[in-house]
Amino acid sequence: MEGKDKLARFEQTVLPHLDAAYNLARWLTRNQHDAEDMVQEAYLRAFRFFNSFRGVDARSWLLSIVRNCCYSWLQQNRSHELSTMFDEEKHSVNADASNPADLALQSADHEMLVKALDLLPLEFREAVVLRDLEGLSYKQIAEIANIPTGTVMSRLARARERLKRILCDR
Amino acid sequence: MECENAQSLIDGYLDRELDPARSLEVEDHLRACGLCSQSYKDHQGLRDAVKSAEVYFKAPTDLEKRVQRAVRQVAKAEPAPRWRAWSWIRVTAPLAAAALVIITLLPYFGGLSQEELLTRDVVSGHIRSLMADHLVDVASSDRHTVKPWFNGKLDFSPPVVDLVAMGFPLTGGRLDYLNNRPVAALIYQRDKHLINIFVWPSSKTGGTAVTTTARQGYNVLHWTDSGLNYWVVSDLERNQLEKFVELLKAPPSRSP
Repeated sequence: MEGKDKLARFEQTVLPHLDAAYNLARWLTRNQHDAEDMVQEAYLRAFRFFNSFRGVDARSWLLSIVRNCCYSWLQQNRSHELSTMFDEEKHSVNADASNPADLALQSADHEMLVKALDLLPLEFREAVVLRDLEGLSYKQIAEIANIPTGTVMSRLARARERLKRILCDR
Repeated sequence: MECENAQSLIDGYLDRELDPARSLEVEDHLRACGLCSQSYKDHQGLRDAVKSAEVYFKAPTDLEKRVQRAVRQVAKAEPAPRWRAWSWIRVTAPLAAAALVIITLLPYFGGLSQEELLTRDVVSGHIRSLMADHLVDVASSDRHTVKPWFNGKLDFSPPVVDLVAMGFPLTGGRLDYLNNRPVAALIYQRDKHLINIFVWPSSKTGGTAVTTTARQGYNVLHWTDSGLNYWVVSDLERNQLEKFVELLKAPPSRSP
């Protein structure tokens, strides 16, 4: 792929996923300004490595690059967030069924949900964003986050359980 | 199904990510268990709330322009202008000429022989197969699965013998590339040690005796038999690997 041809193909296949890239970056960095920087950096990286893109799923490919950019950025600027991740195996799901979420959900509005999602640990937040907002399959998420699909499922379970607690406790 | 098990599968069930059999099991459990069925409803409610809350952040309108501008700038700088290409050649041409002289003269001053080159390639192939998470293309301990797998992939059929009773179970087979041609790779195991056998047709019809060498801590044995080249490489101890080769050359007759 040379010069103009590469640029045209890149703009055609990768640029349309700008919203997906921004949404993920916004949820990982939790602010607009940094998210925009991450998206630009990810696109430049994606363009540099575009020759190595062989798949058909340009969105997942781009999202994995966005994720890498965000994680390096978090490591440099907010390393404490990366270390808050607790041992998933040791903490079981512990469903709290005595306190149904129906009521809490009925009164939860848009702003509350954004706040609750922002409170989730990074890995949980990313699983919810990729699944429920981006609509990706467990397999796609597993590839983007470089984890087994079973871990995708357990992260989603814990993420939803946490969300429920946050919304019920408020 | 126990509650604990069901709890860990509820989200997979909710997201329709379970296989049909699992899905049915969870369904049965939810029908019977009030507690689990409540958490299912909760998680469903949360998922739907997140989906419908419009918490998807769309890119700001000017971001597309900004990204496009940045990418185009990089694209413009990418193909090297002519004068730069020339200056690059000016620097590398003498180096290339020197390298050419060395390569041409190397064999006269004790360069690597054909056999040494091949040994190096075989060891590299072995190490690569352990590194790249691509040990086998066909994983099976059954020689009647591994041998036919090569059909249509190679223009010869590598002999595959069953040595499990001797403590060398078959792990599988793989296509590899050696000596400028596709070759069959068979993988056997001895405890935790993996053994790669590379097989391809020889230009000689007869056989040769087994030659043993060691490279980078790996033992390499090779010979020719019935018009086929065999190269065996492993980190297994030398005498054990030699025993393995003996068995390979004259497999014990199988009881019917």
